[in-house]
Amino acid sequence: MTGGSLFLETFFNPTIIARYLPDILKGMLVTVEVAACVIVTGIALGLALAVVRSFRLRAVNFLIIVLVDVLRALPPLVIVLIVYFGLPNVGITLPSFAVLWLVLSLVLAAFAEEVFWAGIVSVRKGQWEAGRCTGMTEFQTLCWIVLPQAIRLTVPPLTNRTIAITKNTALGTVIGVPEILNQATTAQSFSGSATPLMMGALAYLVLFIPVVIVGRWIETRFAWRRG
Amino acid sequence: MLDIRALRKTFGAVEVLKGIDLKVARQELVFIIGPSGSGKSTLLRCMNRLEEPSDGSIFVDGVDLLSPKTDINLMRRKLGMVFQSFNLYPHKNALGNVTLALRKVLRKSAAEAEAIAMAALDRVGLKEKAGNFPSQLSGGQQQRVAIARAIALEPTVLLFDEPTSALDPELAGSVLAAMGDLKKAGMTMVVVSHEMRFARDFADRVVFMENGEVVQDGPPAVLFGPDAHPRVKAFLSELSH
Ligand SMILES: Nc1ncnc2c1ncn2[C@@H]1O[C@H](COP(=O)(O)OP(=O)(O)OP(=O)(O)O)[C@@H](O)[C@H]1O
Ligand SMILES: [Mg+2]
Repeated sequence: MTGGSLFLETFFNPTIIARYLPDILKGMLVTVEVAACVIVTGIALGLALAVVRSFRLRAVNFLIIVLVDVLRALPPLVIVLIVYFGLPNVGITLPSFAVLWLVLSLVLAAFAEEVFWAGIVSVRKGQWEAGRCTGMTEFQTLCWIVLPQAIRLTVPPLTNRTIAITKNTALGTVIGVPEILNQATTAQSFSGSATPLMMGALAYLVLFIPVVIVGRWIETRFAWRRG
Repeated sequence: MLDIRALRKTFGAVEVLKGIDLKVARQELVFIIGPSGSGKSTLLRCMNRLEEPSDGSIFVDGVDLLSPKTDINLMRRKLGMVFQSFNLYPHKNALGNVTLALRKVLRKSAAEAEAIAMAALDRVGLKEKAGNFPSQLSGGQQQRVAIARAIALEPTVLLFDEPTSALDPELAGSVLAAMGDLKKAGMTMVVVSHEMRFARDFADRVVFMENGEVVQDGPPAVLFGPDAHPRVKAFLSELSH
């Protein structure tokens, strides 16, 4: 057997591909589901935290900052394991899908809050004053004047963060969420072939390359608008 | 109309306004001059509580502005403000800048807000630029949009803080012309500025401030004439050099 055909036999074995393709496709669907849920709740929660923080209530802001810093400092895998194996001890049992969703949402929310907050702070004080001088409340000024400007600045960094955290859906494999990597490793141990892992990698590329391209497009588009 | 009594403002240990008394009658244009740091901006910003006065009282049409019972958002839309740096909303075009408060504060319908805004833009000569974003307008045009944004709410008093200081002289002219038109139409105005020509032409009274106090308050003919307070004369001759 030549080196080339050994390589193909190991990573692109046609019978293995045919046998496990349905599983990998199911895994892709689960990954997309988790990712979509995480993006929606994570960004919404991050924005909500930044809005609450802009009211500058000392005690509340202290709590937000502590929460955000802890979530950003811990490796997401550690949080996933603590929540999955720890919560049942206090009587809360969540399905693994819910744990992954919850943890990644919180992590994305923490990073998103910091990005939104930086955007809010970067809007000049005169914008707040102009809004207040026309009789708008602080909250109206935030919603209609400050946030639209802040969010425009936050799109590129937020896109990067979102991609990075969405890839962490692969962590679901350690708690048995049947996403791509979980399907691939299961298939690998049943078949004894590395082909399912390669299929898993390709599945990630199929899902994430378009996202990366869209992210790059968003980034250049918004950078250009600002200039 | 506007009645300020014994107004004080301290920043930390520094007293910036040391007991200001100032009355502005309906349709009057009061022009405030004075050296840098004399407290002109602070006084203006106290008038709509962008700064919280430390002591004293402000009455607007008989309403106690500093009372905790006063709805400050309601009062602020009666106290239009025009800033040195325009502070237009960069994400909205000229029309959107003017309609925002009409929609969100006065709860006008889209059509009604647009009609009012177009009339306001027309008053400052910018009806044709309604679709332009601030970045597509000259400084003078931006400042006139800011004026339109303020007058669209039909304020009882308009406050101007150095409206032309950020502008080249050629562009300042269009802003001053718009302000002159407002005065002729009967708008009550308080103007902090160094445009002495405008003061001579349009001011009913000129107020000279120094170190947080009103040094002299009188008609332009007096403050710009031989009977001015020596410190006013010194300030004006300093300016013309
Ligand atoms: N937020 C603030 N905190 C501390 N000190 C302030 C603040 N705002 C103004 N001051 C001080 O108050 C004084 C008066 O400032 P103000 O801006 O009212 O002067 P001004 O007459 O408008 O001057 P200019 O002609 O330069 O605009 C200055 O000494 C300034 O440093
Ligand atoms: Mg000033």
